[in-house]
Amino acid sequence: MMKFKTHTLIGGALVAGLLVMALVAAAWTPYNPLGIDLRSKLQPPSASHWLGTDEFGRDVASRAMRAASTSCLVALLTVVLATSIGLLVGVVAGFVRGWTDRVLMALNDALLAFPGLLLALGVMVNVGANQWGIVLALSLAYAPSVVRVVRGTVLSLREREYVEASRMIGNSEAYTMWRHVLPNCIAPVAVLATSMFGWVLLSESALSFLGLGVPPPAPTWGNMLSSARPYMASAIWLCVVPGLCIALTLLGINLLGETLRDRLDPRTEKSS
Amino acid sequence: MNFESTGAAPVLSVEQLTIELHGGAQTLVHDLSFDVHPGEFLAVVGESGSGKTMAARAILQLLPPGIAQIGGRIVFEGEDLGTRDVKAMRPIRGPGIGMVFQEPMVSLNPVHRIGEQMAEGLRMHTALSTPEIRARCLDMLRRVQIADPERCMDAYPHEFSGGMRQRIMLASVMLLAPRLLIADEPTTALDTLSQREVLDLMVGLAKDHGTAVLLITHNLGLVGRYAQRAIVLEKGRLVETGSVPGILIAPQQPYTRRLVDALPRRQASKPPADAAAQPLLQVRGLCVSYPGARAGLFKRHPPQHVIESLDLDIHAGEMVALVGGSGSGKTTLGRAILRLAASQGGQILFRGEDVRKADRAALRRFRLACQLVFQDPFSSLDPRMRVQDIVAEPLRHVPELDAPARARRVRETLDEVGLEQLGARYPHELSGGQRQRVAIARALVRRPAFVVADEPVSALDMTIQAQVLRLFQSLQAHHGFACLFISHDLAAVEQIADRVIVMERGRIVEQGTRDALFDAPRHGYTRALLEATPRPLASLASAEVEPLDERAFA
Repeated sequence: MMKFKTHTLIGGALVAGLLVMALVAAAWTPYNPLGIDLRSKLQPPSASHWLGTDEFGRDVASRAMRAASTSCLVALLTVVLATSIGLLVGVVAGFVRGWTDRVLMALNDALLAFPGLLLALGVMVNVGANQWGIVLALSLAYAPSVVRVVRGTVLSLREREYVEASRMIGNSEAYTMWRHVLPNCIAPVAVLATSMFGWVLLSESALSFLGLGVPPPAPTWGNMLSSARPYMASAIWLCVVPGLCIALTLLGINLLGETLRDRLDPRTEKSS
Repeated sequence: MNFESTGAAPVLSVEQLTIELHGGAQTLVHDLSFDVHPGEFLAVVGESGSGKTMAARAILQLLPPGIAQIGGRIVFEGEDLGTRDVKAMRPIRGPGIGMVFQEPMVSLNPVHRIGEQMAEGLRMHTALSTPEIRARCLDMLRRVQIADPERCMDAYPHEFSGGMRQRIMLASVMLLAPRLLIADEPTTALDTLSQREVLDLMVGLAKDHGTAVLLITHNLGLVGRYAQRAIVLEKGRLVETGSVPGILIAPQQPYTRRLVDALPRRQASKPPADAAAQPLLQVRGLCVSYPGARAGLFKRHPPQHVIESLDLDIHAGEMVALVGGSGSGKTTLGRAILRLAASQGGQILFRGEDVRKADRAALRRFRLACQLVFQDPFSSLDPRMRVQDIVAEPLRHVPELDAPARARRVRETLDEVGLEQLGARYPHELSGGQRQRVAIARALVRRPAFVVADEPVSALDMTIQAQVLRLFQSLQAHHGFACLFISHDLAAVEQIADRVIVMERGRIVEQGTRDALFDAPRHGYTRALLEATPRPLASLASAEVEPLDERAFA
């Protein structure tokens, strides 16, 4: 139990810090994150600009804060959407079996065979490069792996005797699926969802880096990194700040994910 | 037979052995001392948590990580094994002390051929040439009565049944002719007939090689049949040592007495069901088959018949036991009757209505009147539901009960199975016996007319088995449901059944009232099952029933 406590504390502190930052940024930032001030461009960290300024003289601290809310919102929505799609398709495929399963899994495998980023790029081109485009594109890219995990879990759960017992009681198949199969899939899905949050954050950064993310001038950590590239040698803080933000967020989410997994399973509460 | 007085040096002495979880959080074995003499058959008896397996592992210096021996000595042939490091233990493991594990399904490596696995020990511990090793392996396989040993050498473990795997395991351990054989519940996973084969072979092989045997078991029946001496462990402490059968006839300690009392025994028979009345359940010409394996794109091998045109009657309130070895089709029959498994032909008449051809409404009525108690209480309860919700769930389909009436019924039922305090717990917070009580409560909460109980006690400890069996019996007497009690344990059947049906390979070979079948079995298969079932009480009551020469070393 002690081991998990440190994990929980560090992870919790990091994620709480992130949330506070995102919330505060919605109402207040030290400077206008979009305010251009060409006279004070590319300044190193100082008392007036804690984390320096970028090539247009915008305050890096303010931009990183505002980016936190954009990036996290995109990642959160994507994770929720991808997990929902994955749960729905996975449970249906695993529980109904037969032709439904075969068709769904064939489609799923076709999607899995595409590199995720490439798939997302394709969708973005069609939907348009904005916040919702990213959420949709990344959800489609990440849902297939959730489907795989859920279907596998359901396949093993449906052979459990308590599922048979539910049938014996006279419960309908749909009720059995909802009441006895779905809740027991949650633990593996929650673990997957937390690590997915990290991947999505990275993918969103990668898309922004490629110029297909949230359109400028709105800041995300990804497009901040992308525009910092030419100044890597002269203004190192421009890439360190968003880079560090991404790294610390991932760390916090993963640590918290581990705790979550142990908490979600009623059986591990005592034994761990 | 009395080794204490002969003065021969023991092959193994365990002296004041104490085993703890690291950090001393829990003591698993307290101050345990016992001797094993050359050629002796010693049984270590205990229920789960008694520390019997840990003691055996400590002897081989194979304690799992996190568990350590913190006191005492293990003296094997005059030498303290605790002083040997991992490398120095190697010559002991195998030629000195051999071990047969409980799970035949996982103790052989699935990716290696039988011949390679058997040869491993000989290659490591002897200087024999490859042809010599092969010859010895073949000899040993013949000795454990494996048909076609040549082919067996090239086969993989999955090609064999559990009983055969355990015989192969025994063969490979005995190849090295160890001075001591430790067998940890070697037959718990096997059916009665294979159990007898394996243990008879073990006794014979041990006698051939002068090997002492330490049999770890929870089954007093096996102790009575095979062992010369037994030690009884309870929660890591030695509670009683004694010779067999003395310890079974006149146990000195209360715990041992409880174990002996837990042995199933026959009770007065009930008056037979009214044969003139219409049976509650009539099965006529039931066939169950599995489709054959694919033999090409459109072809299949012929289907495998599991149950062939089977007839069966169960009257209201009757307790009918269905017995047979593994693979006899008894579980399939129970599931086919409840329509959990598909059947290919015949009729299942419940209150005169054919449920095989029933429409939705009729099937629903049937389901409401029937219930099933599963074998494994660890997988039959949803881990995310509280006990009271699990028991309440079947009442969803009883619309005539309102919410307070439901709550009352749930409380009443939990009360009946002795779990009134535990309604708010989750299954993982309960012991195996308590879980099985929950499963029984769930099955009975709707007051069914017919219950199928599929090996409901075989996954439990022996004192718990007795409790659950008695509970089930009293509930049956109280509520008067008809029951099909599926079991391979004839001792339990003898206690509980009114009528017994014996199945072999999908057919009923014999049926009759309990007394008739147990006292005068007619079919050879029934006799074989009865003989293979260790029933110490029956044999002890009249000692001549079990001939003395069956006791291995007498």
